[in-house]
Amino acid sequence: MRRGAIRAALLALALWSGPALAVQPDEVMDDPALEARARELSKELRCLVCRNESIDDSNADLARDLRLLVRERLAAGDSDAEVIDFVTDRYGEYVLLKPTTGGANLILWVAGPAMLLAGLGVGALYLRRRSRAAAVTEDGLSPEEEARLRRLLEE
Amino acid sequence: MLAELGHFALILAFAVAALQCVLPLIGAQTRRAGWMAVAEPAANAQFLLTAFAFAALMQAFVTSDFSLRLVTENSHSLKPMLYKVTGVWGNHEGSMLLWCLILALFGASVAWFGQGLPATLKARVLGVQGMIGAVFLAFLLFTSNPFLRLAVPPMDGRDLNPLLQDPGLAFHPPFLYLGYVGLSMSFSFAVAALLEGRVDAAWGRWVRPWTLAAWMFLTVGIALGSWWAYYELGWGGFWFWDPVENASFMPWLIAAALLHSAVVVEKRESLKAWTVLLAIIAFGFSLTGAFITRSGIITSVHAFANDPERGVFLLAILAFFMGGALTLFAWRAEAMTSRGVFGLVSRESGLVLNNILLAVAAFVVFVGTIWPLVVEMASDAGVWDLGALGRVTNPFYAIGLFDAPKRISVGAPFFDMAFTPFMVALAVVLPFGALLPWKRAKAGRVARSLWPAAACALAVLALVWAMQGGRSALGPVGLALGAWLVSGAAVELWLRSGRGEARLRRLRRLPRADWGKALAHAGLGVTIAGIAGLTAWQTEDIRVVREGQTVALSGWDITLDGVEEVQGPNYIATRGLVTLARDGREVTQLRPEKRIYPVARMPTTEAAIRNGFLSDVYVVIGDPQDGGGWAMRSYVKPLANWIWGGCILMALGGLVSLSDRRYRVAAGAARTVPGGVPAE
Repeated sequence: MRRGAIRAALLALALWSGPALAVQPDEVMDDPALEARARELSKELRCLVCRNESIDDSNADLARDLRLLVRERLAAGDSDAEVIDFVTDRYGEYVLLKPTTGGANLILWVAGPAMLLAGLGVGALYLRRRSRAAAVTEDGLSPEEEARLRRLLEE
Repeated sequence: MLAELGHFALILAFAVAALQCVLPLIGAQTRRAGWMAVAEPAANAQFLLTAFAFAALMQAFVTSDFSLRLVTENSHSLKPMLYKVTGVWGNHEGSMLLWCLILALFGASVAWFGQGLPATLKARVLGVQGMIGAVFLAFLLFTSNPFLRLAVPPMDGRDLNPLLQDPGLAFHPPFLYLGYVGLSMSFSFAVAALLEGRVDAAWGRWVRPWTLAAWMFLTVGIALGSWWAYYELGWGGFWFWDPVENASFMPWLIAAALLHSAVVVEKRESLKAWTVLLAIIAFGFSLTGAFITRSGIITSVHAFANDPERGVFLLAILAFFMGGALTLFAWRAEAMTSRGVFGLVSRESGLVLNNILLAVAAFVVFVGTIWPLVVEMASDAGVWDLGALGRVTNPFYAIGLFDAPKRISVGAPFFDMAFTPFMVALAVVLPFGALLPWKRAKAGRVARSLWPAAACALAVLALVWAMQGGRSALGPVGLALGAWLVSGAAVELWLRSGRGEARLRRLRRLPRADWGKALAHAGLGVTIAGIAGLTAWQTEDIRVVREGQTVALSGWDITLDGVEEVQGPNYIATRGLVTLARDGREVTQLRPEKRIYPVARMPTTEAAIRNGFLSDVYVVIGDPQDGGGWAMRSYVKPLANWIWGGCILMALGGLVSLSDRRYRVAAGAARTVPGGVPAE
């Protein structure tokens, strides 16, 4: 009775399309160099029906279709850039996990470096003001006086 | 009945929290001791009432009371007891209740441990904490009541998502919330200081332990989540730059910055305004995290529109606290004059650089996380529907930024590229900064004393480069950075122990804060080395394997001996019997499983992992194939455990530092700290 239940459940399991693991053995290309390139490209393409998963990580059927498409293009002799263009033409920019640098996306790419420069600028200004204040130290000695004091102490 | 009492306790807790907010804040402003004295008993009462409500909900889960909607939707009578208990916070309503409980716990602990705090500061801290409590309890009661009953209780529940039925994930949320909510303490102290109009060394010393504790819990929480993803999701990824992960990572980065700037306030009475601002922003990121993960806005702005009630409420909470605190900051920041002075090359400058790098790194993560939303909203349809306010033409169309609706993605490749440079820069300068003396330093002398660390890092770089044959720079550079940080921490401890004999004894008697700092910095190094090693050198094998067949991978022989069917408590599994061997000798047996949870109608993969110091072997069993055999995926993952080992070291460093004498002393005695705290 119990074994029957297990059988039934396993049958149900086999019928579901869900649990397939990301890259399947039958997808792997014969040429290891091409396969490596396919894997790298897959990491940059989004599975369209998943939440923030690349097609390399995803179990979805659509991701599998895209993986096969990438491999098809590579086998046909496309360069990496051509494959990306091919997929983007069909599925739109949404498929790119690394956004383009054009148009409004420029803001995204520049935000970090710009903020860093601004931060360093403000930080440098602050530090200069503080160290100017430090020219006369808390005990009221200027650097020259301090140097003299040190000389005297060392003697 | 108990559920109704729990609900009632929550309503009472809300009333008490409102009282805890209003009376002490007004009392502190008008110097009425009687009003201020309400704060402590109110904080205790809020905690006890929330704890009672939480216990009531837990009782419902443990006894499988399916007349509660929440229990029906997230539990099952056959579920193991551990997951019945942890199921309490495996859903939105329950986790929000846990959030409120921890919030109340932190408030009450100010009442317990804050004897040394000046009366008005304490009343204000508890008042602000009460305000946060009241707002979140209102959110819970009005939009996410966990105690709703069902008119017709079902025979059994719908079970918890099987991915969550796991020890790693069971304890991931409590730690994360301890971190998120812990940052509310820094926030309350910051707002109280702005109301007081003064920030001094003593304030720095009171804020720091709370921030340290929050940061520590966040570290553990994030590490648990990452470790869970590694072994549970089936391909051994450990970080995906998912918005939910980023939501926890941003407060972590800001909390790390806050920890360091609070040291400057404590020791040197400088960076005061900045530290207060960081404390506000840190909690702001906690709230942003709650908004991002709970509003459904990540999936799409349209998913947000499907259940706008919670999202709008959370957005209002975020706007209220950030708007209020930042306005207060703009108004009162002038009063935060810094007293300490220091040279351009000094520990202070080093910590300023640390803060810039951490804050900008958090900013990059923030921009990357919200950018898809910004684009979707800014390019949406050309007309914005503002409800009662009418319809407005999208201004971004007018300036030509967008001409059509557009959706884009920002994923791991972007974050890897945009974020990594900050961490590399931080790792490079860290040992220098840590060794610089306060006030004024000689860069040359510090650099000279670091030569053993530099030599160690270069040796690792050369050795690893030679061993891997120059495939990529990532592995050698990452390991060299790790060695630089670890040996830099060792050099620092060595130098601190002074000269001459009895050095080891002095080393043992160094302040715990010094040990904590060295441990945490070394931990960062270990984590960096682990991430670099795993990313650079992972190998994998995907193929159809017949029973008895062996796969050779990176020196390991992985043999599939057979496959069996197994019945678990609430699942059914296909289990692979795998032998792992090296050089012809059996090392261990691995048991990868594929489970199906019939009630939740969900399959999961349970990878089998042979944990090793230098590398993990990771085996996953897949589907049976048409022509016979099974899909099997095997990975060798070098240095994987270093990632979490480093996190444990970092958290341990925080713990050791937290036990430093000066916090224990400071907690007991109310004494004013003289302005010129001696530099170390």
